[in-house]
Amino acid sequence: MTAPPPARPAASNAQAAPATVPRLATDALTAWYGSTSGVRDVTLACRENTVTALIGPSGCGKSTLLRSLNRMHELVAGARVTGRVLLDGYDIYDAAINPVQVRRRIGMVFQRPTPFPTMSIAENVAAGLAVGKQVSGADRDGIIERALRRAALWDEVKDRLHDSPLNLSGGQQQRLCVARTVAPEPEVILLDEPTASLDPAGAAHIEELVQELKREFTVVIVTHNLQQAARVSDVTAFFYLGELIEVGPTSRMFTAPEKAQTEAYITGRFG
Amino acid sequence: MRGRLFRRMFGSAMTGLTYAAAVLAILPLAVIFAMLLVKGAGSINWDFFVKSAVPFGEPGGGFAHAIVGTLIMVSLACAFGLPIGVGTGVFLAEFGGGRLGFTVRFVADVLNGVPSIVISIFAWTWLVKPTGHFSALAGGAALAMILVPIVARTTEEMVRLVPNSLREAALALGYQRWRATLQVVVRTALSGIVTGCLVAIARVAGETAPLLFTALGNEFFSTRLNGPMAALPLQVWRYALGPYDEWHREAWAGALVLITLVLALSLIARAVVRAKRQHA
Repeated sequence: MTAPPPARPAASNAQAAPATVPRLATDALTAWYGSTSGVRDVTLACRENTVTALIGPSGCGKSTLLRSLNRMHELVAGARVTGRVLLDGYDIYDAAINPVQVRRRIGMVFQRPTPFPTMSIAENVAAGLAVGKQVSGADRDGIIERALRRAALWDEVKDRLHDSPLNLSGGQQQRLCVARTVAPEPEVILLDEPTASLDPAGAAHIEELVQELKREFTVVIVTHNLQQAARVSDVTAFFYLGELIEVGPTSRMFTAPEKAQTEAYITGRFG
Repeated sequence: MRGRLFRRMFGSAMTGLTYAAAVLAILPLAVIFAMLLVKGAGSINWDFFVKSAVPFGEPGGGFAHAIVGTLIMVSLACAFGLPIGVGTGVFLAEFGGGRLGFTVRFVADVLNGVPSIVISIFAWTWLVKPTGHFSALAGGAALAMILVPIVARTTEEMVRLVPNSLREAALALGYQRWRATLQVVVRTALSGIVTGCLVAIARVAGETAPLLFTALGNEFFSTRLNGPMAALPLQVWRYALGPYDEWHREAWAGALVLITLVLALSLIARAVVRAKRQHA
């Protein structure tokens, strides 16, 4: 019987937590849709302050895996998970854990920007704060500013914090969603094809952002864009038809992959 | 050459037919409104709104008791019916995938088609007969029974329109299900829900049959919820069937006020939608 995880550890830039326990890891994780499995027997470890990219052709299970990492997968009717997902060594699927608490510590940015249309830009950023510990008014403004700066959006919206987010461009809206995700200070950030619906300029902004984010968070990104994976990630995991085929440092994966399937996908022979 | 000309003419004729159909659809409303204006506007005066009925055949008097009665009973219907209707609509949209949802939806659709006189008799059986007297409360309840299925279905449609991605984004932030539903989904659908409610209220304000066996109508000004109460459609009906010219004139005026009320509510509903679209 594992105990529930403790409250967030203090200052994450302490060297005190050596690389023995990865920030996020899976252990024989299988995600089911009814009686079929979307992704099977995945054992993966993500170290703190790294970017891990999940790549593979459409339908290989990378998004299913990502959604299993913050317990979003089980929201689909008939979906369930076997195996473990370990946040700082504690299984988030333990019966004693409330999935809502898990999602406050593992944030997610989706493919399409989803600003809440009835809230202003500032209210959107603060939306995640409402469910955590109470923050005072002045603190709240500080948190909003910090989150928007981290998302590289502050300069563009500081004069219109109370306007509707629907007037922002797609790229700006996506950065707003990133700000909304980082404001409550999660430990892990999951990105599900975050640049898929953006123009190249917006996509470039998000990629720069990912590099910035890894300094404070642990990032897992699903992308179908191989060049993007090569640019932004430290570790790459290749999936095919629901199985983890190979995982390793990005530089090695893209220059000297060990498995034939990996090489075939990376060189564009299929996918 | 001839082929092209024929094609163009045929196209124009078809387009013309659709325009004609649209005009025919609008025509009844325009004619009704014009007729009511002509026949009723003359009897609209200050007295109409502040005085209640006077003895048979005497001039003067007004519909104050009926207007106030309608306002009270429609408010009662809203108080009983809107929370249940909106709540049911949210349930159907968010949790209505299974057996229970299917049943509730079916029942709501059937209720939407039940004749209002049947609702009236039902309310009489359960609210008037046991208590021994007609009442505005029973009238409000009968109106609420008509309001709930309409509001439930329109609310469901509006909440369904909210994209699932918003729901997911809220849940991914660590919102509990109830909070995600209320603070994000329902809030986003709110102007649509309000529009649906306004249209349903406009419909219910003009219903006569549900009030026949419940509120009965009242010749005197009364705000007693436990006793019979006048209502605009009831009063129009009574006066229209009466023998006095004075009554007929007042009935026309009452009908004009009623249709103006319905029109005003519908216009407000449209304005709400337009305001939301400009804001967005």
